[in-house]
Amino acid sequence: MSLDIDVKIKMSAHNLSVNFAGKKVLDNISLDIPANKVTALIGPSGCGKSSLLRSFNRMNELLEDTQTEGEVLLDGSNIYRAGWDLAELRRRVGIVFQKPNPFPLSIYENVAFGLRLQGVNSARELDVLVCDALEKAALWQEVKHRLYENALTLSGGQQQRLVIARAIAIEPEVLLLDEPASALDPISTLKIEELIYALKQEYTIVIVTHNMQQAARVSDFTAFMNLGQLVEFNATNKIFTDPNESQTEDYITGRFG
Amino acid sequence: MDKLNLSKHISSQFNEELEQIRNHVMSMGGLIERQLYDALTAIANNDSELAQQVIENDLKVNDWELQIDKECTRVIAKRQPAASDLRLIMAILKSIADLERIGDETRRIAKVALESFNSDQQDLLVNLDNLGRHVAQMLHDVLDAFARMDVEAALTVHKEDKKVDREYEAITRQLMTYMIEDPRSIPKIMNVLWSARSLERIGDRCKNLSEYIIFFVKGKVVRHSSEEKLEQEVRS
Repeated sequence: MSLDIDVKIKMSAHNLSVNFAGKKVLDNISLDIPANKVTALIGPSGCGKSSLLRSFNRMNELLEDTQTEGEVLLDGSNIYRAGWDLAELRRRVGIVFQKPNPFPLSIYENVAFGLRLQGVNSARELDVLVCDALEKAALWQEVKHRLYENALTLSGGQQQRLVIARAIAIEPEVLLLDEPASALDPISTLKIEELIYALKQEYTIVIVTHNMQQAARVSDFTAFMNLGQLVEFNATNKIFTDPNESQTEDYITGRFG
Repeated sequence: MDKLNLSKHISSQFNEELEQIRNHVMSMGGLIERQLYDALTAIANNDSELAQQVIENDLKVNDWELQIDKECTRVIAKRQPAASDLRLIMAILKSIADLERIGDETRRIAKVALESFNSDQQDLLVNLDNLGRHVAQMLHDVLDAFARMDVEAALTVHKEDKKVDREYEAITRQLMTYMIEDPRSIPKIMNVLWSARSLERIGDRCKNLSEYIIFFVKGKVVRHSSEEKLEQEVRS
């Protein structure tokens, strides 16, 4: 589905279908992701929102027996075309998962990890980039005196922001967030939400969330999915005050479908 | 009722809370309708006792407003209503403010019934009574439309307000002629004029109520829009 308003499109899915072991999890999805905006994917468990998110940087392929049909465009170029460098794709389209997964390394090394892989070796350059990423992830003030401690000593909320810092250190263009705050307490959740708001100036963000109020708070656009299909895609303000589809209405107001 | 769909939430407690708020709005509306009817009867029959009762009952109207206000705040805090539930709460919050003001106007009208009028002045009160019955019917109809969330009925009430405005203008002209003819009666006539003004205001507020019904059902804000635009939205 495309939007009526005039916005630059960063990514789009065209007639995208995904099968896991013969079971259709995404059914002919067409959706435009606007650049420098936050797009939320909502829907009941098993509706395909995480699968859709993962198809944006070809993470689904890590599962066995996955078939993908249709195309996903990043700046107009189909990422499913043969010959795409997957490492490069995942650098441009980063992902953060529900449970924070820092490496069992120091805070500093966690953020520097991707940069080293990219060939940044100068200590001074690494210092600047690591500090910059931690600042952008709103974590710098809390960790600047303990950069060389093990990342696993951080709280859950801090770990999640560290993982986001790790993802943005390598300067992605799109950030995919798969329920980034669902394992966090309300204060850490608000910090993550505040971070998402700040990050959209530079990145295009797609977020999967079970918390509808969170989708309402952080996103500019919302896509409601059900049973592998895209039911409605619209401005978040419209979806949460006056949705067009009765299925969307029933879901966000907590009614029996 | 069908459009309200209040009983279909997965949370039965939420269903009950919304249902209770809605019932309270209907009770508040019912009380105000009776108040207006009693105020008009008090004027027609020069019944100062009934007028006094209307004035006292206005406190109950105020209490309803505070009570429903509190219930809506609680639902917003606890349930974070969205879409039609949110529109319902917003429509109710706005409606009870207008209903409370209708209550205030009714109290003002009842105060006129405490005055005594001579037989010439009684003729003026007949006109006031006609306008009053018209406005009371409007209030009845809009509350009825609210109970059923019926946009067509709301539109009919909305259109009715123009007629009320014309009747009000006619009464104003007539009262002015009377004041020119008999300046000594000006203080009394002024009171009648204020009552007519109050009735006209009630008409305006019924019009507002009809707009909130349209907002709830159609999701469109139709306040301050032209009659044609409003009709278009209702029929869309």
